[in-house]
Amino acid sequence: MSNNVLRIEDLTMQFGGVVAVNNLSMDVNKGEIVALIGPNGAGKTTAFNCITGVYEPTNGQVSLNGEVILSNHPQGKMKKQYQGENPDKYSRSIVKRPDQITKLGIARTFQNIRLFSTMTVLENVLVAKHMRANHNVFSATFRLSHKEEQRMRKEALELLEIQGLAHLKDEIASNLPYGIQRRLEIARALATDPQLLLLDEPAAGMNPQETQELTDFIHQIRRDFDLTILMIEHHMDLVMKISDRIYVIDFGKLIAHGTPAEVSTNQRVIDAYLGVSDDA
Amino acid sequence: MTKLNDKKNSIIALALVAGMFVLLLVLEAVVPHTSIVFTVLKKGAIYSLVAVSMNLLNGFTGLFSLGQAGFMLIGAYTYAIFTIPVADRLSVYQYYDGGLIQFALPSIIALLLAGIMAAIFAFLIGLPVLRLKSDYLAIATLGFAEIIRAIFQWDKLGVITNGSNVLRKYTCYNSTLFYFAVAGICIAIIVLLINSSYGRAFKAIRDNEIAAEAMGISLFKHKQMAFVISSFFAGIGGALLAMFQYTIQASQFKTALTYELLLIVVIGGIGSITGSCLGSFLFIACSEWWLRFLDVEGAIPLLRPGFRKVVFSIIIMVIVLFYSQGIMGTREFSVSGMINFFKTGGPIGWIKRKRAAKSKKAEVTVNE
Repeated sequence: MSNNVLRIEDLTMQFGGVVAVNNLSMDVNKGEIVALIGPNGAGKTTAFNCITGVYEPTNGQVSLNGEVILSNHPQGKMKKQYQGENPDKYSRSIVKRPDQITKLGIARTFQNIRLFSTMTVLENVLVAKHMRANHNVFSATFRLSHKEEQRMRKEALELLEIQGLAHLKDEIASNLPYGIQRRLEIARALATDPQLLLLDEPAAGMNPQETQELTDFIHQIRRDFDLTILMIEHHMDLVMKISDRIYVIDFGKLIAHGTPAEVSTNQRVIDAYLGVSDDA
Repeated sequence: MTKLNDKKNSIIALALVAGMFVLLLVLEAVVPHTSIVFTVLKKGAIYSLVAVSMNLLNGFTGLFSLGQAGFMLIGAYTYAIFTIPVADRLSVYQYYDGGLIQFALPSIIALLLAGIMAAIFAFLIGLPVLRLKSDYLAIATLGFAEIIRAIFQWDKLGVITNGSNVLRKYTCYNSTLFYFAVAGICIAIIVLLINSSYGRAFKAIRDNEIAAEAMGISLFKHKQMAFVISSFFAGIGGALLAMFQYTIQASQFKTALTYELLLIVVIGGIGSITGSCLGSFLFIACSEWWLRFLDVEGAIPLLRPGFRKVVFSIIIMVIVLFYSQGIMGTREFSVSGMINFFKTGGPIGWIKRKRAAKSKKAEVTVNE
């Protein structure tokens, strides 16, 4: 399994007495587009937040390219309260902050758009370039690293050009239409040079035409940036069209996984989430 | 084309700065040294520097910190303690046998040291405090500033800080030019920082912490950096204030000083450097000069000592009511903006546009 990019094992996230994600295990391989679907409140975004370091998982392990990046087991008060499975399987506690995770090569977008609203489109992308730039606060302030700054600007502009946002570079981010804001969020995530991109409902609030454009766009960036993509999405036509594999969770637990064809005929998935179409 | 314009604009900007210094030189030669104008200009320059350093935290990084007075105190004391001539130490530290420190540093080194000491304190205070957010951070920094003041007044440290007695006889500069030069250089450095990649990171943290962290910006590291840098310049500002006043005492650096600065930052515009500078000069001019006549008891029945403050408060309320974003909002004064302003008809054009925008706004609300 050398082409495995992300591996999640027994991931459990418990808040007080509520188990939001329960023993979730999944694999994402290089170059794949994998979708994570499920009803509202199933724990999809919580799973994302665990992977990206926003939450500290209660139990389980996450590895990137075979290297364990997160690992935890129930500790302290949680030891007694813990309702999930495999409480003794992991003994290490590796916790990372979101910025450290991003540095390792996992970038994300947000369900409710989180752009830097007072900054311009170009600045939004430049912020994402900050992390990997070769400078320090002294050299940046006194313009000793202006070559680096120029390089950042050039790369950011190229990125915007690829996304067809170059003509908007000086617009304030919050003045943009919704669909463009979503695109900018993806552009910004790409600027961190990720190998794995997590998209949290990229098509939320989009009309059918915008959704179609997004489908093409995701294919394009996967090709151009050599990406692996894991996404949460509710637009079933988008999910079915684009995904190589689908994981379905309900009440925090994995209920099915497989190709789009397998999942769409799975009785448990239909009962929990997809429902029966009217003409069936 | 734009590059050429940029070059032209920066030459104009430099010329403006040079012009300002020449004007100051002329002013110093013509107007008597005791004139209130110089008090306003010097104090205005000092307050500008500290207000800008506070704006770096509150306006650009989104950290609501109220510790500025504490860091100014550290700066002022560091500068004063290290520049009192050895010969004068016995008379200054008269209750402490001349004090512990028996050497004096050149004033420029002491000035830098003032900033560095404030920065070191900020670093240490930042370790626990910067994990807090918004109001909690404000309360914690306010508390630390008060603790610093109490410590500097502590009798047991009297051999260094002279306890609650005044420090005096340290090196002072009387030239207005000096205050403008030091404050100007410091503000220029802050502007350079804000326009650098790190400045963008600070603004990103202000706009959206979660997104900033997801873009690989270490929140703590960058907040700490902003806090330390801001305190460094507050320390330098404190040292300048010490020079300006000839004597200092820890009891001057109360929370009231921080509130004055906060007022300047808010009135000038949170997130605007030029706003903070403008706010400082207006604030100092009003409180020290323009409104002084209100304090003169005499012919007009309402006027009496203290009435100035009533009028001053009313003015502030009016500004806050009608300019809720402050005088400048988040905009900055720039040469190209100024050129544009005059190209589009100067003040008359501006009023016309304002009216047009207003009627358009009214139309929109009617349509809704």
